[in-house]
Amino acid sequence: MADKKKKDEDLGVNFSPDLLELLAKFKEIELEDFEMEVKDLELWLQSGALPRQVMSQLKVAPALKGKPTELLQAPFMPPVETYPGKIVEVKLGATKGEGGTRGRSITIGGETSPPFYTFERPVVHPPVVTLDVFDMELPLSKAVKMHVKEVIGDPAAWAKLAVEKFGADMVTIHLISIDPLLKDATPKDAVKTVEEVLQAVDVPLVIGGCGDPVKDTAVFAEIAETFAGERFLISSITQDMDVERCAKFVKKNGHVALSFTPMDLNLARELNRRLYDFLGNEDIVMDLTTAALGYGLDYAFTNMERARLGGLMGDVELAHPMSSGTTNAWAAREAWLKMSPEWEPRELRGPLWEVTTALTLLLAGVDLFMMMHPAAVKTLKEVTAQLVSGKKADACKFLDWVSLKTE
Amino acid sequence: MSEKKKGKAGVKELSPIDVYKALPKINCKECGEENCMAFATKIVNREVRLDQCAPLLKKENEKAYNQLKDMLKPPVKEVVVGEGEKAVKLGGKLVMYRHEFTYTNPTAIAIDVTDEMSEEELLSRIKKTEGFSYEYIGYTLKLDMVAVRCTSGEPEKFKAAVKKVVENTKLPLILCTSNVNVAEAGLMAAPKAKPLLYAANMDNWRDMAELALMYHCPLVVSAPNDLSMLVSLVKTLLAYGVEDLVLDPGTFVGDGLADTLNNFTMLRRAACKGGEELAGFPLMGVPMVAWVDKGEAADEVVKWREAYSAAMLIVRYADVLVMHGADGWSLLPNTVLRQNIYTDPRKPVAVEPGLKEFGTPNENSPVLFTTNFALTYYTVASDIENSKTSAYLIVVETEGSAVDSGVAGRKLTAEKVADAIKETGIENKVKHRKIIIPGKASRISGEIEELSGWKVQVGPRDSSEIPKYIIDKWQP
Repeated sequence: MADKKKKDEDLGVNFSPDLLELLAKFKEIELEDFEMEVKDLELWLQSGALPRQVMSQLKVAPALKGKPTELLQAPFMPPVETYPGKIVEVKLGATKGEGGTRGRSITIGGETSPPFYTFERPVVHPPVVTLDVFDMELPLSKAVKMHVKEVIGDPAAWAKLAVEKFGADMVTIHLISIDPLLKDATPKDAVKTVEEVLQAVDVPLVIGGCGDPVKDTAVFAEIAETFAGERFLISSITQDMDVERCAKFVKKNGHVALSFTPMDLNLARELNRRLYDFLGNEDIVMDLTTAALGYGLDYAFTNMERARLGGLMGDVELAHPMSSGTTNAWAAREAWLKMSPEWEPRELRGPLWEVTTALTLLLAGVDLFMMMHPAAVKTLKEVTAQLVSGKKADACKFLDWVSLKTE
Repeated sequence: MSEKKKGKAGVKELSPIDVYKALPKINCKECGEENCMAFATKIVNREVRLDQCAPLLKKENEKAYNQLKDMLKPPVKEVVVGEGEKAVKLGGKLVMYRHEFTYTNPTAIAIDVTDEMSEEELLSRIKKTEGFSYEYIGYTLKLDMVAVRCTSGEPEKFKAAVKKVVENTKLPLILCTSNVNVAEAGLMAAPKAKPLLYAANMDNWRDMAELALMYHCPLVVSAPNDLSMLVSLVKTLLAYGVEDLVLDPGTFVGDGLADTLNNFTMLRRAACKGGEELAGFPLMGVPMVAWVDKGEAADEVVKWREAYSAAMLIVRYADVLVMHGADGWSLLPNTVLRQNIYTDPRKPVAVEPGLKEFGTPNENSPVLFTTNFALTYYTVASDIENSKTSAYLIVVETEGSAVDSGVAGRKLTAEKVADAIKETGIENKVKHRKIIIPGKASRISGEIEELSGWKVQVGPRDSSEIPKYIIDKWQP
């Protein structure tokens, strides 16, 4: 600083120390609204003592200690981008005209921007919700059970409730009774259950297995054939299954495969590549694994965000719509456990746990949410509708939060 | 201004070579690294600080030091609010997306009080805010700040309230009023507390700037749903000499949610990807606007809306949040979410191997093992915890593989299990010699028995069945 001052004096430039200090502080700002008094400046600049940016400050430095008296205008340009890739569109469910029996089909995917970057372009197909229906009794958290206790054990009634009362876009029939370790129900039994649900509601269905790779393959095969043309989402095809066989019966009968991998994008790509030998891109939805809030949601979020950005950047192996088993949120004990009074009631904490998990992943790009609690479903649907509504904020309305009298 | 793409680099664009070039290049090892290149790499990864290079601090290297400092400056400025150990740092973000680099400075959560609350209520809210504490996988989740709102419109009342607050908490404050006289009264009650002043807007910016300069406090810039006004105010305030700014583009619920997320996203993208310095400041979200739109809704419903709006803002770049709902059920998900989002994404997906104890295990308690894949571990741990049975869990080092992939990829082998049994000293803690292994590791059960001499019981494939399994099948 002493050197500089000396130099300034030599050059006959008389800036007050204040001003120099001020300039040093703002060397990053760009200010161009002032006319230049250049004579001294040129002289100074020849010395090379200051970088160009600081020079531009000098233009601004008004006489009065550099404090502006008027608002300095700086237009904000929305940082809009385009992307080489596009998320593939996948149609779920088929109407009579399309070879099935559903009242409507639902298309997911098709995005050409990151999730809800509506300043860039509108959302193509808003995310949808499929509600969980189980084909037998199973332990449920209290917060969930209170809403479905009348229909547990009756999948058709449960499906009806999910659609008519809870607003589900789709229904997932989880065939857990086929589990060899549970009831070991036969593929024929499973077909019967699916038939009942199919009769009860006219929304597209997701067919959920029990997690046993051999049993699931057998059951999925039977269901795929019996209900050819319904365009079910078969949940799910995993690496430890006979992928070729599964892909073939999915394709032959016009269904959609849910390609499920454990939280690893390379495995996801690999499984998708194996499916491409038999299925079109438009026949694959992927599930990258959903971990609960507090139990790995960070991994799930980043994995999905990377997959979506990757897909948009042209990685076709990741450019599939994403499904999330958001019900997994209930695996977090904070979602269902009775805790000390300051954290209660769990009837609110639990569904909020599911909503928080869902909304986090909504912002990572999930297109299909498999969910459980009606309040969580309602909120997700409301938020999604608000985000795609195209309506503007009523900014004035929210100005007085500062002086808002609460209580 | 949009053409201005230069300036502070995101982490991705900064290469160790660039840093190396500006270092002294004498490989003195004073920093503890082998050479300057190794130091440069760690600098780029933000694992060491520039000041750890002693030669760089010498007078003759001043220019290089300043150059490096500038190169390493985060695209989102770090702004400190408060004084002392409870001071919070806002912003300082290096990247837009979490996978690019660790997010710095977790979103600070402020709970509001007003100058018209009874003393009892005000103190109880402060106490609740300070006392919020939840133990979660080795972290203590806390709340960070108190926002004092002026609802009375009277400077003296505000002053008294701020005084009461600073007398009762060391948590940093946000002083909320757009009235300059009220703001000044508040600052006079906390002259050294370095509160965050809310807010400068298009009408009052000059006076607020003077206050911020006089009291050396950071200043929020508010321009609801008008980003051009927002950055214009930033430009003006910087020229005015106020450097520590926080941006409030407005938080709107309901139909305004899309605008809210768009504004936050555009500002952060402009700062991190576009090098737009006027957008390069911490962002403030105000989920408590849900209360403005309360209507006929029940309090619980508003708390719910406020909580999920907060969650979306934590994910979409908010650096500080002001909330009114102070219930445990509504705050807990958000404090956990914040912890999740702000963990290091480079952290291997693994936990420390070793012996974990659940409940109060004794010499007859069951012994189980699992892998050190974090998700597997936490799931198993929570399942055992939930069973409320006491047990030992051996966490086997599998390089972060899950059970099935570990077995398939030979990361989880009978040798490793046998070694872990030895190393953990479990043999001195239990009388029996029986270990419950994951159902998905049944393939190596015979080998484990051979190598360890322990009897193997093949447990369930899914850890959720562990509690039932222990009740039904465990006998020491």
